[in-house]
Amino acid sequence: MPAEKPESRLEKTVELPIGPYHPAYKEPEMFKLYVDGEEIVDAKIRIGYQHRGIEYLAQRMTIQQIVFLVERICGICSTSHPICFCQAVEDAMNLEVPDRARYIRVLIGELERIHSHLLWAGVALHLIGYDTLFMYFWRYREPVCELLEELTGNRQHYAMICPGGVRRDIDLKKMKPKILRVLDEIKEPIAKVGEAVAKDKLVKARMVGVGVLTKQDALKYCTVGPTARGSGLKIDVRVDEPYAAYKEVGVDIKVLSEGDVMAKTLVRVLEVLESIEIIKRCLDAMPNGPIKAEFKEYPVAEGVGKYEAPRGEDIHYVRLQGTTVPYRLKVRAPTYANLPSLVPQLIGESIADAPIIIGSIDPCFSCTERVSVVDVKEGRTLTLTMSEFNEFGRKRKNPLKVK
Amino acid sequence: MSVKVPSSMEELLKLIEEELKPIKVEVKNERRAYVEIRREDVRKAAKLMLDLFEPLRARLSTASAVDCRSHFEILYHFTISQFGAVLTMRCRVPRQRPRISSIADIIYGANFIEREIHDLFGIVFEGHPNLERLILPDDWPEGVYPLRRYG
Repeated sequence: MPAEKPESRLEKTVELPIGPYHPAYKEPEMFKLYVDGEEIVDAKIRIGYQHRGIEYLAQRMTIQQIVFLVERICGICSTSHPICFCQAVEDAMNLEVPDRARYIRVLIGELERIHSHLLWAGVALHLIGYDTLFMYFWRYREPVCELLEELTGNRQHYAMICPGGVRRDIDLKKMKPKILRVLDEIKEPIAKVGEAVAKDKLVKARMVGVGVLTKQDALKYCTVGPTARGSGLKIDVRVDEPYAAYKEVGVDIKVLSEGDVMAKTLVRVLEVLESIEIIKRCLDAMPNGPIKAEFKEYPVAEGVGKYEAPRGEDIHYVRLQGTTVPYRLKVRAPTYANLPSLVPQLIGESIADAPIIIGSIDPCFSCTERVSVVDVKEGRTLTLTMSEFNEFGRKRKNPLKVK
Repeated sequence: MSVKVPSSMEELLKLIEEELKPIKVEVKNERRAYVEIRREDVRKAAKLMLDLFEPLRARLSTASAVDCRSHFEILYHFTISQFGAVLTMRCRVPRQRPRISSIADIIYGANFIEREIHDLFGIVFEGHPNLERLILPDDWPEGVYPLRRYG
């Protein structure tokens, strides 16, 4: 993507295609890294291996059905897309959501943010070979998932949202003490594990100063979410354009200016701690009342919905045509915005750091494993599995030199 | 190019009216505004918005293309975090000659979305640095666009 390609240098470089399977997660996309020795000189990204035609399907389904369709876009942030879509429909219809429904949306959304960030933190540490902390992070994620199961009936795909409100009420009398107990149980250990990450010499050696995204690049590439906040951009949809009950509940956004992998990690750990506080305030202030606004028919109108998913701003554009089937639905997930910013992050780094840098934006596509290494100078290709590639990442070795 | 930084959504819309002479300005509510601009002005609009990215904490969130049967519409959704609003710039592209200037060299964030629209609608973005396939498979037949409406 950078306009100025180092052409003379490119001739000497080795092309290193990673993919179409993800080097960090079990999801498919293609990275072509141009390397000169150990150093990455340029990178190209190709996506689309998991294109499922959601937007095409949405033109043939009713709005009530689409809520469940968009819920299946992502398996981790599975309440983000339904809330975002319903907000787009509500924006088009000028529909007011009842107070209680707005608070329930905050509760589910924040619980999801906690488990999503903890999942990511675990995977990131696993990528650099620190499996003890990976186990710790996932240990504290488990009670949150169980809590979501008790609240909604499912660990993922909660099916709680519908246009105009939420589908199910929650029994606050029974659940509030349980939620508070779980939050109190996990808060201190997460803070401790977060501190361990920030202070550990080995983690620091792998994360500090690695994969730096400058504030200027973060702006230019239109990045969102923790990726942008780790680079000093103070943007968060929950604060800038408070939806649901965030205006009443309030959010203290965490911004770090370093822009490296460590900053992006710490932003997420701090966000988990903030989410715990948000849930406490939300539970205290949750009013009684109806959970769904009634409406008769869909108008001819267009609307934009925005939502701060765990990975950043999610945006849906919907055009209604007066029937239950929308004319057009456009979905932009946060990773789509953050992915191009990997190019400036990767340039100048070593191959062994590529998995953790690519992992640092918390990308979200979908799965499998294969990496191939091409030496342009000698014209040989070497295909690796994802676990082999990650092994090189852990041992900090160049796969081309090993063969 | 230096412009005075607007301090409210009204001032921003006024600035756009002065600079771009839009065809239509539609303010839906304090959080959503739609501005219809001419196809030739899209690069000028991108430059104007890029200058406001830092002071207004703004960004190009995405662009949506819509097949309106008689023509295509491209909607550039700019998020203006400072005012908590989404400013949508609407551009009409004729169906017979679906071409529009690319803004990817001005706003890097537009690179992927222009390639995606090119894949799914067959709209050509002139001057795009790298208008290759992004979403569709490499063996997808030429001239078939999944999100175009036929009939």
